[in-house]
Amino acid sequence: MKAMRLRNNLIIAVCLAVLYFGIAYAMKQRMLSSFHQVNLYLMGINIIMAVSLNLIVGFTGQLALGHAGFMAIGAYVSAVMTLKLGQPFLLAVLVGSLATGVVGVLIGLPPLRLRGDYLAIATLGFGEIIRGLLININYVGGAAGMNGIPKLTTWTWLFIFTVATVLLIKNFINSSHGRACIAIRENEIAADAMGINTTFYKVLAFSIGAFFAGLAGALYAHYFFLIQPQTFTILKSFDALVMVVFGGLGSLTGSIIAAVAITVVNAALQSLGALRMVIYALLLVVVMVFRPQGLMGTKEFTLRTLLRQKGGSGLHDYRKQVD
Amino acid sequence: MITVNKLTKTFGGLTAVSNVDLKIEKGELVGLIGPNGAGKTTVFNLLTGVYVPTAGEIIFEDKSLVHLKPYQITAQGVARTFQNIRLFNSMTVLDNVKLAFHWHDKYSLWGAFLRLPDFFRGEEKMDEAAMELLKVFRLDDKAGELASNLPYGEQRRLEIVRALAAKPKLLLLDEPAAGMNPLETKELMALIGEIRDKFDLTILLIEHDMSLVMSICERIYVLDYGKIIAEGTPEEIKRNPRVIEAYLGREA
Repeated sequence: MKAMRLRNNLIIAVCLAVLYFGIAYAMKQRMLSSFHQVNLYLMGINIIMAVSLNLIVGFTGQLALGHAGFMAIGAYVSAVMTLKLGQPFLLAVLVGSLATGVVGVLIGLPPLRLRGDYLAIATLGFGEIIRGLLININYVGGAAGMNGIPKLTTWTWLFIFTVATVLLIKNFINSSHGRACIAIRENEIAADAMGINTTFYKVLAFSIGAFFAGLAGALYAHYFFLIQPQTFTILKSFDALVMVVFGGLGSLTGSIIAAVAITVVNAALQSLGALRMVIYALLLVVVMVFRPQGLMGTKEFTLRTLLRQKGGSGLHDYRKQVD
Repeated sequence: MITVNKLTKTFGGLTAVSNVDLKIEKGELVGLIGPNGAGKTTVFNLLTGVYVPTAGEIIFEDKSLVHLKPYQITAQGVARTFQNIRLFNSMTVLDNVKLAFHWHDKYSLWGAFLRLPDFFRGEEKMDEAAMELLKVFRLDDKAGELASNLPYGEQRRLEIVRALAAKPKLLLLDEPAAGMNPLETKELMALIGEIRDKFDLTILLIEHDMSLVMSICERIYVLDYGKIIAEGTPEEIKRNPRVIEAYLGREA
């Protein structure tokens, strides 16, 4: 069992390495056009956005619509760090993410006492407040935004941060703390009665999601070198939400697949102009009609199911010891 | 063990529970019965912090439970089951039980994120303890199934397992046999007696079915229209004219 887990991890590591070096090689040989590259970077950023939002909406069951606001904080704080204060990229990314995580706690505490639609409206308002604030702060360029941010998000950093985000959130969800979050989604009253501090775990999930959205924002700012308040409108929050719902609420692999698919579809339809949004919307409607639970539902796409390996969880480990 | 004094709860103009006094000693198995809408579940919700009492006090082991949040009350050693089953449906049977160990055996957040040794140790400990409990209730072979896929009777049993996993001193069972057939009910009642001895528990249980409560409880409180109308051994309760009146009505 342990050997199998090790083998599966090894297979995943090899696949990731092939992906990383393959694309690094293609970039070096100038095989990717700048259009392809932009979409490649967007893919990574979208994966981070979708996976982090899924933690809040899909796993903890709290409908939050302010993810673009978190992304904006990460983008602006990290841009100020590099552009205005001349700090190194890694430190800027870290500070941007941490600041977003802290804002996540502050913002999360009052509205997470609300439920369902009320929380959705409160977080939607929060996203707009962030945008309104940014427009009115001259230090960060007001409505014109910040220009000339150094282009420091390399393929290597993007790859590392995307993989790390998925891995950390996956580890969290598959732990006792993650189970507490899922239990809140399943039945808040019962979770409370079983000794789970529900407010704590809601705020925790919220701020972890915010932290990674901030990370996505920092990577975004240092790739596109221009950030403006209008980059982070409510539409950006909805983009992330669409990916989460499309992939399946409560499925990380679903979110990843959806983030990649939607980025590709968006890119492919780029040349169609106004018709793009129509086809995009139609596509979503079709998926929702035929797969209302999303592409993956709450299931995960794992090597174990792919290779049809017998004996799943750690539970079987334990049983074998007993028998 | 637990003393309830003049417990009152009003919802607007409706008094759901009024001046209820309860006293339960360690190791007792006490029943709380009463007709539909008498306020039994409201009493449970008050004891477990779902509702805040309008007046009165709840003392558990010399500590007041009033104004504590449900999870804090659980940490004091009071766990419950629900009348309308509230399992974590899309989690496995095993995870349902492991969840209740959480506040007890939790490991650090960093351990979870980075898969440090304390994560593996903690998970293993929870796995073992959960399987042990499931075995007592003969649910161990269903550990990997989703809770929602269990048949009704087993869902009821799982609720009790989950409550026990929170390591309570006082266990509150809200109609544990509701919807079970007579055979299942009989088994369950025997099981409840067993776990009381095995886990050194004090149990307060709500039940609708008079005959059942009579056979298992040592002492019974009868609630009607939010008031305690009788208290005593099953024999005394059976003969109490006020109880008979509450259940059957008065002769015209």
